[in-house]
Amino acid sequence: MGELRLMKGNEAIAEAAIRAGCDGYFGYPITPQSEVMEYLMMEKPYERTGMVVLQAESEVASINMLYGGAGTGKMVMTSSSSPGISLMQEGISYMAGAELPALLVNIVRGGPGLGTIQPSQADYFQSVKGGGHGDYRLIVLAPASVQEMSDFVKLGFDLSFKYRTPALILSDGAIGQMMEKVELFDPIPRRTEEQLIQQCPWASTGKPKNRDHNIITSLDLDPAGQERVNLKLQAKYKVMEEKEVLYETIQAEDAEYLFIAFGLSARICQKSIDLARAKGIKVGLFRPITLYPFPVKEIAAISKKVKGILVVEMNAGQMIEDVRLAAGCAIKIEHYGRFGGIIPNPDEVVKALEQKIIGG
Amino acid sequence: MVEQFAKLDIRKDENIVYKRTDLLVDRPLSYCPGCGHGTVHRIIMETLEEMSIQDKTIGVSPVGCSVLAYDFMNIDMLGAAHGRAPALATAIKRMWPDRFVFTYQGDGDLAAIGTAETIHACNRGEHFTMIFINNGIYGMTGGQMAPTTLPNMRSSTSPYGRDVETMGFPLKMTELIAQLPGTYYVTRQAVHTPAGVRKTKKAIRKAFENQKNKTGISFVEVVSNCNSGWKMTPVQSNKWMEENMFPFYPLGDIKVDGKLVETKATAAKE
Ligand SMILES: Cc1ncc(C[n+]2csc(CCOP(=O)(O)OP(=O)(O)O)c2C)c(N)n1
Ligand code: SF4
Ligand SMILES: [Mg+2]
Repeated sequence: MGELRLMKGNEAIAEAAIRAGCDGYFGYPITPQSEVMEYLMMEKPYERTGMVVLQAESEVASINMLYGGAGTGKMVMTSSSSPGISLMQEGISYMAGAELPALLVNIVRGGPGLGTIQPSQADYFQSVKGGGHGDYRLIVLAPASVQEMSDFVKLGFDLSFKYRTPALILSDGAIGQMMEKVELFDPIPRRTEEQLIQQCPWASTGKPKNRDHNIITSLDLDPAGQERVNLKLQAKYKVMEEKEVLYETIQAEDAEYLFIAFGLSARICQKSIDLARAKGIKVGLFRPITLYPFPVKEIAAISKKVKGILVVEMNAGQMIEDVRLAAGCAIKIEHYGRFGGIIPNPDEVVKALEQKIIGG
Repeated sequence: MVEQFAKLDIRKDENIVYKRTDLLVDRPLSYCPGCGHGTVHRIIMETLEEMSIQDKTIGVSPVGCSVLAYDFMNIDMLGAAHGRAPALATAIKRMWPDRFVFTYQGDGDLAAIGTAETIHACNRGEHFTMIFINNGIYGMTGGQMAPTTLPNMRSSTSPYGRDVETMGFPLKMTELIAQLPGTYYVTRQAVHTPAGVRKTKKAIRKAFENQKNKTGISFVEVVSNCNSGWKMTPVQSNKWMEENMFPFYPLGDIKVDGKLVETKATAAKE
């Protein structure tokens, strides 16, 4: 068993980064995620593992520092919250285009605009539909506990290097701020220069005589060439859709109705299940863990076993579009959401199930 | 004639006084004939070769006419987003402290959209080299006004000349960053004459040598021509540059070994 600690979600992210063998963190303060960099600065990972931590002048700079670091094969990450992630979108698109691995963390707060510093899930569209310009996808992981905040740092790095594409942890202000017990994984040493060059032969690390120069770019001025780049990206996304879908079901075996929710909303739905079952309503939960690749087949299959689905999100109805595309029109699928930083309580979710799905 | 020449056996190693460095890829440059970009590419690559550091160097190219610099420079490179080269270089140099890292940027890239990245990399005293090609215009996008466009100078977005009342004043980024404690060597050069090329190359050499001592930013501005954007012949553009650009952007060292130099450049600020 690994080391147990009581930690905030944001701190778990930071500690996991050091333990995952991360080479560099670049970020800019924003509530509700500033503890990530604060924890790192306090922890001095440059002494523990040699990891670089730098407070950049903006999120625009942070994401481009990631591009630079990732382009040399380094394991780099940033964290921010919604407005900061919006600022990073150009850089994220460049990284997807140049096929660079990196870990991004969005501790979402309510928007639009400066919005609120309270938790929200309103950045779902931005995360899974591209966000920046061009045809690209991110690997999007949605943790629902502090434990998963830690675990998904490692998973996110693994997947991003496996597919040479940025991975995003889409969390929210509540999971970032709340404290829970975490079992930390054992530290993995940072890669040596030789290991890095072996793992990332494409990286710009300094050209030895015996290979061509490596170029990191997202530019191809020739349309035929740029179409090939796009086809390559799409082929990669297809493989991810086949192989990397993650989800969880809770009390779904005998369920007549289903909640579909990710992250914090899924935690709330677990409580709603207990309340509903006490009233005799057989409801279960389907929780997508990878929001991209989305569990399309799995939702299609499970939707055939239930009478109706309530999609619960802390937004005005975003993931429900993907649920409807996956499940089709055979059963009733409705949305229940609170937004602007309000967390729904389990009772109102049950009431919404009764009114919108069972009674409606 | 050329063929005949090639066959002559005067082409022996001991007779060669000049040859293209192998660090330039053997392919046609994408620059207009007469443009300064190609010359600066060459002297950077010659410098790396003379210092034997090509296998330890990582370059960052900009968005601008030199966006394809990575196709011409036969070293490992990264193409940055518009203006962000200093952010890339910051991370690269911090995580690869034993590599030589440089950025290559135009004036729109470095002094407009990338102002924040430029100033903060300089202010943090990152230990890399910045090469700044100031041609007073946005060459790549077709000759629009740049932050460095001279007062009354015409461009496609200041067709009646830059009116400083409404379009602002030209920005002397080099003098500005020289004020920051994080810069160690700041100089302004030009490559329009053989003497200028030699001086610029010396400056670039110094800027790379400084990286060995981790002294902070070494910054080489090259005042350059954009004959296409300025709508002149190459010869006219070089003359115009001497008569108009140099009085506003005087050549010479601005900061050496971390100390500001009293030169034409600093005096001209007054
Ligand atoms: C975000 C963004 N905005 C605008 C552009 C369009 N653009 C490309 S190059 C350029 C100006 C380049 O001028 P400069 O840096 O002076 O380089 P030069 O071509 O003169 O060498 C602009 C505005 C872009 N590529 N990206
Ligand atoms: S447009 Fe200007 S800067 Fe660009 S290659 Fe031509 S002359 Fe050089
Ligand atoms: Mg220019």
